[in-house]
Amino acid sequence: MLKIEPRKNRSNFLEVSAPVIAVILTMIFGGFLFLSMGKNPFEAIKLIFWDPIMSPTFSEYSRPQLVIKAAPLILIALGLSFGFRANIWNIGAEGQYIMGALFSGSIGLALYPLDAWFIFPLMILGGIIGGIFWAMIPAILKIKFNTNEILVSLMLVYVAEQILALASVGFLRNPEGLGFPGSRDLSKYPSATNPELITNSGIHLGVICSFIAVVFLTYFLTYHRLGFQIKLIGQAPKAAKFSGVNVNYIVIFCLGLSGGLAGIAGMFELTGPAGLINIDFNVGYGFTAIIVAFLGRLHPIGILFAGLLMSLTYVGGELAQFMLSIPAAAIQVFQGMLLFFLLSTDLLVSYKISLNLGTNNSNSKSKSE
Amino acid sequence: MSDKGTILKIKDISKEYPSVKANDSVSLDLEYGKIQALLGENGAGKSTLVKIIYGLVKPDSGRMYLNDMEYRPKGPQDARSKGVGMVFQHFSLFDALSVFENIALGLDNILEKKELKKQIIDVSSEYGLSISLDKIVGNLSAGERQRIEIIRCLLLNPKIMIMDEPTSVLTPGEVSDLFLVLKKLSKSGMSILYISHKLEEIRTICTKATIMRRGRVVKNCDPQKISATKIAEEMVGTSFSSPKKSKIKKGKECLQINNLSFQPSDPFGIPIKNLNLKLHHGEIIGIGGVAGNGQEEFLSLLSGELKPSNGSLFFNDEDITKLNVVERRNKGLLSAPEERLGHAAVPAMSLTENCLITAEHRMKLSKRGLIDYRISKNLSDRIIKNLDVRTGGSDALARSLSGGNLQKFVIGRELIQNPKIFIVNQPTWGVDAAAASSIRQQILDLAKEGTGIIVISQDLDELLEISDVFCALVGGQLSCPEMTNELNPSRLGMLISNSIE
Repeated sequence: MLKIEPRKNRSNFLEVSAPVIAVILTMIFGGFLFLSMGKNPFEAIKLIFWDPIMSPTFSEYSRPQLVIKAAPLILIALGLSFGFRANIWNIGAEGQYIMGALFSGSIGLALYPLDAWFIFPLMILGGIIGGIFWAMIPAILKIKFNTNEILVSLMLVYVAEQILALASVGFLRNPEGLGFPGSRDLSKYPSATNPELITNSGIHLGVICSFIAVVFLTYFLTYHRLGFQIKLIGQAPKAAKFSGVNVNYIVIFCLGLSGGLAGIAGMFELTGPAGLINIDFNVGYGFTAIIVAFLGRLHPIGILFAGLLMSLTYVGGELAQFMLSIPAAAIQVFQGMLLFFLLSTDLLVSYKISLNLGTNNSNSKSKSE
Repeated sequence: MSDKGTILKIKDISKEYPSVKANDSVSLDLEYGKIQALLGENGAGKSTLVKIIYGLVKPDSGRMYLNDMEYRPKGPQDARSKGVGMVFQHFSLFDALSVFENIALGLDNILEKKELKKQIIDVSSEYGLSISLDKIVGNLSAGERQRIEIIRCLLLNPKIMIMDEPTSVLTPGEVSDLFLVLKKLSKSGMSILYISHKLEEIRTICTKATIMRRGRVVKNCDPQKISATKIAEEMVGTSFSSPKKSKIKKGKECLQINNLSFQPSDPFGIPIKNLNLKLHHGEIIGIGGVAGNGQEEFLSLLSGELKPSNGSLFFNDEDITKLNVVERRNKGLLSAPEERLGHAAVPAMSLTENCLITAEHRMKLSKRGLIDYRISKNLSDRIIKNLDVRTGGSDALARSLSGGNLQKFVIGRELIQNPKIFIVNQPTWGVDAAAASSIRQQILDLAKEGTGIIVISQDLDELLEISDVFCALVGGQLSCPEMTNELNPSRLGMLISNSIE
């Protein structure tokens, strides 16, 4: 019989090396996957992990893509990680991301073609408010009626998607767009655009913002009372109650933080890489960020690396699809493997599996016969 | 009736845990077709003994004989196959499944559905355990759920059935139904080991009782032939030392509890009924009684973790009923709950971090929301030094400390904050003797400085040693306060088993 038991002594070395071991295991098993499909495993792994950063041919395109994709993942995952630590499960960051983009986009488009310095800051504010607004719905329902925030926040993603579609073909549609869905291109509206700051680096304000958020939230989590209370609720809810933590306040704070950060991410994506509001504006950053948050072990610094790694598998995965014609589904399996190995190595850091060939079973069997 | 003789013979069983000798050469004979009681306070060693019989715990020494054959169960499954069944106090049933599915899932052997149904119906009609097989367990009452557990146990044709506090979750009507079933079972030749601390019940159905105290068997008797008082005395122990009477100077009243009531939302919670109590400066009130009679709820109501459904609390003539945990703590009402890991302290956090749980505001461990870990570490170092906590230092995780040392730390954390009122539940539970006496001394010293203290404990010797006033908390109701030095053992025993109004 297999048994999972907690380890008595957790090794620090294992704790640090677990993610590295997981990546190596993913490479090995992913290699077999690609081999079984008749592809050269070494080339595929190299295309995914190495070429996007180092290859002279591809990196010129891939490197900027890496940070562009990583920035929203990191921003959203940072917010989610605080809630996850306190067992508050916001699964609807995708919806909050859309609402952030819609709010900020509406502000920018309403003021078009006014040229003023305050438009962009106002749009940032709009993004934050949009995200927070959408996150407050599950928060307040949870506090008032004890609803499950997982369900409510998730359902609200689909509502947000419908509003996005409505905006794209309705109230935000480009009046000069010949009736096609989609808003005006904000990248052509200087007061409301978020351009690349260094040419060909991919770095825009959103990227800078995500790095600042990593540093700030690391400090906040360690030193602020709320950071401590969030850890307290997650690790021992009874102790948190005994300490006098106001759980409702933490629910509002965690959902507000994750909503706000998702909203900002949506805002920067809209004004930067995406450029305009359209039906297909959201590509799943809000959901992928859940994985990123866990890969980063809910710690801001970990999330920074996890976001970059996740982004690498996307960019590299696309490259592998393109170069070796590996189907997209296989790349998703590969990403799934990465998550599986990360979570299982994580489990093995704090637990061990012991094989117990019990005599009890055989005994009772012989009796019953 | 049934054949005479011994079915299970237990000889000199001992089991020692790190901090306590749970069973100290316990011997017991269980007779054919008898309902035999195992009596004792919590911590007397009843559960350990029963777990040994059921194969859940291995004894350190001693032997058991089942039908004159050596009996050494390797585990519960082995015990069941040899004819020893057990019905636990808390049920292990799936709410979402039907009665039949629950019974089928719990069996060791897999049977044909039809065959099993027939067996269940046979067993339930034979012993009057009426139950409908297709009902969903989630909709059943506690009594019906217990019947499922009993049927599950009976299907294995046990010769011995162990019942752990079977009536603690039942209504009076369900209790008398259960007794009918038990009588039928014993008539058919089954031996039942019945664990309880409710004297009246035992006097109704048991013909033999074994009383345990502090890990030892103190008496075997026929409960129907001796008085409840006598049994209570044996449970509590007549040999306790008379408490040292420190002349207390009772100060002004510091805490007044008026008609405090609490209705729990979860079904296993204990309601608190109309509780009244007055605490004075420098006074120690001891609250006795068996755990699970509202002790935890009582402490949480005073600390502010639970909101009362009725009643009020006054602290130095100021109404604090509506104040939350932090506000009460800031006024000087501090508490230490029973459960060390997970309630009083967080296992995976360092002692420095654990200081923040209750001392953040009073000891100014944070400034404008930012925590100063140096001050917190400093405080933790002082607690470790003051109470002689044996640990690697303030960076050690709470779970790395032994029970006694963590208890010293948890209590020290409150003592260092100079409480005006201090409420503590089970201050020395699972703590070795040396640590226990040092904790008691700390509590006495605190009272000398004028703090009003409420000590909730199951250890009656402890309460008699340190408290000035004694009350028993039974079934969420508090008995009238009595001066500890006027109490005699039988009175005490009656109070905690609630045989006196």
